Amino acid sequence: MLLIHCPYCGEARPELEFRHAGEAHVARPVGADVGDEDFEAFLFLRANPKGIVFERWRHIHGCGRFFNAARDTVSDRFLVTYKAGDKAPADIEGGRV
Amino acid sequence: MAEAFRIRGAGRIEGARGVRFSFDGQSYRGIEGDTLASALLANGVHLVGRSFKYHRPRGIVSAGAEEPNALVGIRRDRSRQTPNVRATVQEVYDGLVAISQNRWPSLAFDVGAVNDLASPFFSAGFYYKTFMWPKAAWERFYEPFIRRAAGLGVAPDRADADCYSNRFAHCDVLVVGGGAAGLAAALAASDAGASVILADEQAETGGALRGEKTALVDGKSAWEWAKEATETLAQRANVRILTRTTAFGYYAQNMVALSERRTDHLAEPPTDMPRERLWQVRAARVVLATGAIERPMVFPGNDRPGVMLASAARCYLNHYGVAVGRRVGVYTAEDSAWQAAFDLKGAGIDVSAIVDSRPSPPEDFVERATALGIECLTGHAVTGTSGRLRISSLKARRIGGTAIRDIACDALLTSSGWTPSVHLFSQSRGKLVFDADSQRFLPGEGPQDCISAGACAGALSLAEAVEQGFRAGAAASGKRRRKPVPMVTEGASWSEGTLGPAEDAGTGAFAKAFVDFQNDVTAKDIAQAVREGMRSIEHVKRFTTTGMATDQGKTSNMHGLAIAAGILRKPIPEVGLTTFRAPYTPVTFGALAGHARGALFEPVRRTPIHDWAKMQGAVFEDVGQWKRARYFPQDGEDMHGAVARECRTVRESAGVFDASTLGKIEVTGPDAAAFLEMIYTNPWSKLAVGRCRYGVMLREDGFIFDDGVVGRLAEDRFHVTTTTGGAPRVLHHMEDYLQTEFPQMRVYLTSTTEQWAVIAVQGPKSRDIIAPLVEGVDLSDATMPHMSVREGKVCGVPARIFRMSFTGERGFEINVPADFGRAVWEEIFAEAQKTGACAYGTEAMHVLRAEKGYIIVGQDTDGTVTPHDVGLAWAIGKNKTDFVGMRGLMRSDLAAGGRKQLVGLKTIDPRTVLEEGAQIVADPNEPVPMTMIGHVTSAYWSENCGRSIALALLKDGASRIGERLFVPMPDGAVNVEVCRPVFFDEEGGRLHG
Amino acid sequence: MADMLPRDEILEGRMVEGEGVTVMPAAPASRLSLRAPEKSLASLSKALGLELPTNPKSSATVGSRAALWLGPDEWLVIEGSGAALAAACARVKAFHAAVDISHRNTGLIVSGPRCADVLNAGCPQDLSLAAFPVGAASRTVLGKAEAVLWRTARDAFRVECWRSFADYVFMLLEAAARDV
Repeated sequence: MLLIHCPYCGEARPELEFRHAGEAHVARPVGADVGDEDFEAFLFLRANPKGIVFERWRHIHGCGRFFNAARDTVSDRFLVTYKAGDKAPADIEGGRV
Repeated sequence: MAEAFRIRGAGRIEGARGVRFSFDGQSYRGIEGDTLASALLANGVHLVGRSFKYHRPRGIVSAGAEEPNALVGIRRDRSRQTPNVRATVQEVYDGLVAISQNRWPSLAFDVGAVNDLASPFFSAGFYYKTFMWPKAAWERFYEPFIRRAAGLGVAPDRADADCYSNRFAHCDVLVVGGGAAGLAAALAASDAGASVILADEQAETGGALRGEKTALVDGKSAWEWAKEATETLAQRANVRILTRTTAFGYYAQNMVALSERRTDHLAEPPTDMPRERLWQVRAARVVLATGAIERPMVFPGNDRPGVMLASAARCYLNHYGVAVGRRVGVYTAEDSAWQAAFDLKGAGIDVSAIVDSRPSPPEDFVERATALGIECLTGHAVTGTSGRLRISSLKARRIGGTAIRDIACDALLTSSGWTPSVHLFSQSRGKLVFDADSQRFLPGEGPQDCISAGACAGALSLAEAVEQGFRAGAAASGKRRRKPVPMVTEGASWSEGTLGPAEDAGTGAFAKAFVDFQNDVTAKDIAQAVREGMRSIEHVKRFTTTGMATDQGKTSNMHGLAIAAGILRKPIPEVGLTTFRAPYTPVTFGALAGHARGALFEPVRRTPIHDWAKMQGAVFEDVGQWKRARYFPQDGEDMHGAVARECRTVRESAGVFDASTLGKIEVTGPDAAAFLEMIYTNPWSKLAVGRCRYGVMLREDGFIFDDGVVGRLAEDRFHVTTTTGGAPRVLHHMEDYLQTEFPQMRVYLTSTTEQWAVIAVQGPKSRDIIAPLVEGVDLSDATMPHMSVREGKVCGVPARIFRMSFTGERGFEINVPADFGRAVWEEIFAEAQKTGACAYGTEAMHVLRAEKGYIIVGQDTDGTVTPHDVGLAWAIGKNKTDFVGMRGLMRSDLAAGGRKQLVGLKTIDPRTVLEEGAQIVADPNEPVPMTMIGHVTSAYWSENCGRSIALALLKDGASRIGERLFVPMPDGAVNVEVCRPVFFDEEGGRLHG
Repeated sequence: MADMLPRDEILEGRMVEGEGVTVMPAAPASRLSLRAPEKSLASLSKALGLELPTNPKSSATVGSRAALWLGPDEWLVIEGSGAALAAACARVKAFHAAVDISHRNTGLIVSGPRCADVLNAGCPQDLSLAAFPVGAASRTVLGKAEAVLWRTARDAFRVECWRSFADYVFMLLEAAARDV
């Protein structure tokens, strides 16, 4: 069972209190005139890389907040968690904290 | 009278209370503190089981958790039987009943032993090669045969009568292993103030010191030091000592799973005491002090009962006061076995010879042995043993020589060295490093905050182990060490030993040099695997099954690896090391389930009205975690009769229904209507306060996700209802959009599912029933038409009254605070009875709504259904520019023709009720596989229609009204006619009438 | 119908007295789910007569009234006297949501020196005094149910769960109390 740092509670909590919520930073296209390709990218296409992923979690049995995390799928380590709406920390983009 | 092999004055349990136990029906005496193994040995019993494949007689090999042979069944009663219990771990208690396994008719005479004679045919890979063909024989012959032959022991045929428990725990330092290193670590860590959990798999701490007699720590005997250290620790408030507790799994972020056995050692366990407790420990730091496991020598005949590990014999003598024989031989390739010989000799046991494959073992050992009158055969090998059910002699030969000496013995102690127990370290994803000098895998770099100390980290003496343990504990506590390291002045040491077959034992000629006792894998088998092309140890393992038994090769893996590496002429690390996986030793399913059995398996949710329904004799059904009253049989009615009566009564007068399980969410805030506009397909902004609307909710893909009636209580407050099963996921879905897509909206969501008990009153008389109980609300059609909501009082308590219908009749749903639900229900029911109304359950509710063609999300939809498919296109706001699922609905395949659409089905024979889930075809004579054009989603007997009715999803259904189709069933196709999905009051007049 | 009906408390009469722990239902209470942004807190605190706590895992208590921090914009307000809470907030003009959940939740009191151990049969959080001091409050899991834990004293917790989970939670704690 992982320990996940909730950026709203300010501490690490047991994974049992959380729910995974898919890839982070997938922008929802607005309106009826969104093209098929854009909508396909939004609805179906996910990167799912081996290595560092940006994903959403919800502290569903805790403070209830959705937040984002950068996690290494190889080591299963969380590199950082940050509040919903915040940008991914730039220094993680290249795979390093 | 003491047991025959108990040595007076030896051991530490002397004087304890005597116990009686039985093994294979024979009664024996033991003493408290004995393991089953030590007690059997005290009675001179070595033969305890038959091997898995060849049914060879097998004896006790070890004195610990690594035991590969001495697996027995323990029986308390019919529902408390445990197979494959290691006799070396099971403590005896008065009345213990143990039985041997894998033998018939008896342990001494086992018919299955014929396998041993046939062993040339059972070589490695036998299973893979033999059971290949003919294919038809697999099910009829091979599989039943293998199933009968496979597996040791017998599982109980009744449910486990024991209970189990779970505990989450946190500590600064978890010390795994209560031997010398672990105790030193716990002392140092707790001394610095850290909270410490010390777990040890034995009945008491001390670890390998159980076998020690001469070692001194801090001037005391090592055992005494261990006991005093334990006492000191036990008195510290920041220390928790868990004995009989195995750390069996090491997971991410220092989560370690421990299994604590609490009753297996008790003669009469308290009935409500959990048998085992699973500890899920989160430690800031972990100290692994898991010790090392002695390896046997690999030589022909090394599996004969009486052949055992030297350290085990020493432990049986020095701790349990048991001599493993009267005339004992020793065969070793390392130092520590010599000490066993000295201790036995010192206790008056005859040691017939020490055979050491090394040409020149330490001189002082040889001198001491000679002085004690023990013959030393250095540079010799043991080439075989004899004896049927017990060793009677060993055959020794000078390495390279030819002359063989036959030396009588009734036990043979062997040791080829010690394998550090790196299992948990490896499970922690730590890297193991092969030390070529000492031929051992040792802990290397690890990703977790974990320190290995003592023999598991490569320590080669007691002094080194204590030192390492103490430093690890001090370091783990994160504080400066204040106290000095305990001093080992006189102590045991052990040398590196050898891997693979003992020299001169050969791998080709000697088939019966066993590597893996439990799975009957010999050195020859491993050699054969390599010859047949297995190159990686992972392949060798699977081909030969070495290391795949319940002991997971604790005594055998390194030998197997070395044999393979030797033949391949590769360094050991290049052949690889099999993966260490949890659990370290077998764990019961009970421990893993913990409290989650029986009534605690899953929460059973009951409504405030549940107990009333139960008193009325309601039959309940499970809806998710909820129990819902399905129907209320009266006067011996069956379900059909009760449901028919309930359906009829609702339409004739009225019915009262418990709808409390419906999900409810209060949506509050100035942007509440705007938020609902995004979440539902429907428009909400213009919904007047006091009015309700049926809403449809989609996912982004355009498919129906949930539905329900939404009432507007105020400009900025909505009462949303969801399906019973959908309540949590709808709230999650709404929170997701509110928090992450529309965070600027000023709205809050609160689950009120359980705040309100919901009493639905449906039928022509519904208003008459509730009117006398309602205060402050005008229920007239003019002021409160269909689809309205009012706040007022019912029976004097605050209530939300909805005028709505899921039956097609005039109806009300009364929400009252849950704790008042039962009382209000009873008042309403009393009024209802005056009009001839009845209580109805979910089954009647399903029929009534199906008569009206109202869908149930999840029954008539399946996650691939759009509002258009089920005739709900009217619920989509025509002028909306965005809502969840709007763009999804425009996907080409959702807009295309040929989709399945909701229709009604009438069977041509009105008495035939279709089966839900049945497929629909146009041509019943088409060969299989037929072209399936739809399926039945709901089907009932409708008392009100006087016929069966069904809803179905049918390809192009809307254009097939009136067509004759077929529903193929095992006993013939059912003829049906497609109709509009409304069977009763098609105009809907009854809603208002 | 002059008087209100009596409350039908789901755990009424049930109690476990185990070694070092007692589990019993809490007295009926009024409860409010309060949601509000930071800028509304001052006026809500004033209306409720207590300072709404803003630190995670904390609570504030005044007399029979307590506010438990559940999330950055969420509080569980419990009033032991039975006085209605929603009315107090109704006067507040600042944006907030105050929803009466008096009957949604059921309260249990777990007390005694073993209280934390008993809760740890199902709660994966660290409940040591250092990590979960007196006054700490948190929503978490308790076996297969969700619950709010609030440490009211060194040796006492109040457990709040949804009404229909109360039976499960009680039975779980009962089993845990037996597991000495």
